[in-house]
Amino acid sequence: MMNVKYVRSFILVLGVAFIIAGVMNGSMSAVFNKAIRICLECIGIG
Amino acid sequence: MSLKRKYIQVISALLYNANFKGFAEGKIYQGKIKNVCVPGLNCYSCPGAVGACPLGSFQNAIYSSGKTIPFYIVGTLLLLGVIFGRVICGFLCPFGLIQELIYKIPSPKIKKNKVTKALSKLKYVILVVFVFVLSAIKEYPAFCKYICPAGTIEGGIPLALGNPSIAAMLGTLFTWKSIVLCIIVIGAVFIYRDFCRFICPLGAIYSFFNKIAFMGVCVDETKCDNCGRCIRECKMDVSHVGDMECIQCGECKAKCHKNAIMSKREFYKRNGELKNEKVQ
Repeated sequence: MMNVKYVRSFILVLGVAFIIAGVMNGSMSAVFNKAIRICLECIGIG
Repeated sequence: MSLKRKYIQVISALLYNANFKGFAEGKIYQGKIKNVCVPGLNCYSCPGAVGACPLGSFQNAIYSSGKTIPFYIVGTLLLLGVIFGRVICGFLCPFGLIQELIYKIPSPKIKKNKVTKALSKLKYVILVVFVFVLSAIKEYPAFCKYICPAGTIEGGIPLALGNPSIAAMLGTLFTWKSIVLCIIVIGAVFIYRDFCRFICPLGAIYSFFNKIAFMGVCVDETKCDNCGRCIRECKMDVSHVGDMECIQCGECKAKCHKNAIMSKREFYKRNGELKNEKVQ
């Protein structure tokens, strides 16, 4: 069993670190490139 | 709380879909804000959507990342989850709002029972099968393609209405997705938040954070007399206030005759953080 406060803080820091890493390694761009194009699967064209 | 929550839901839905001219033009927004995921389920192919969908982005990362580790979307989900947990479901999800409004249509209602409790596990199966496994194998967003009603109602229908070239491309898949949408919408008349409770993989993801999230509701055990009224009155399939099925709407606060239910913030302000608060 772990203290909630420490788990919370760890996940918070991990989330921020991952986002920063994602900006640097291009995975944010991948999200952007998908989001600015019509997702044919999403709208039912496939 | 109920009216305040409704305002927050409506405002967030409008903010997520603030590109109003997209509906008239039949085109989606392509600005820089689409680098950012909105917290709730909101199709990024909605003409009004100004942000990315976290679930669609996550599936895209599963099949198309290649050697690039999808830090960004994973980090986003971790951050949203640990801050909000399923507060997102209760306050910040447009599709949750749509279901709640549909539920207001007068009709006999199907109350929660053992069957709905069992069905609430289905969303975890859908998370694994459609979001992870099928997306990885088929290399397309399988949940978005076969199930997601938000994509149909927010993306497919408005785009088809505003863009004849898209309307011309609609076929069997759109028919299938429309049937799924109809089943969910009709179900929502009789069953409170049927999609959220039984199907939504994004809610399933956020549910893992519910107990540890900064925000949400909790019970002051020193005041609680275990009458169980909060659980009985709650329309979700909860076993305890704040568990994985709880959408943190806070509607139970008014039901408690002991004023034992409060926001986590309120609780910590009054009592200080519990020194020995544990998570299993």
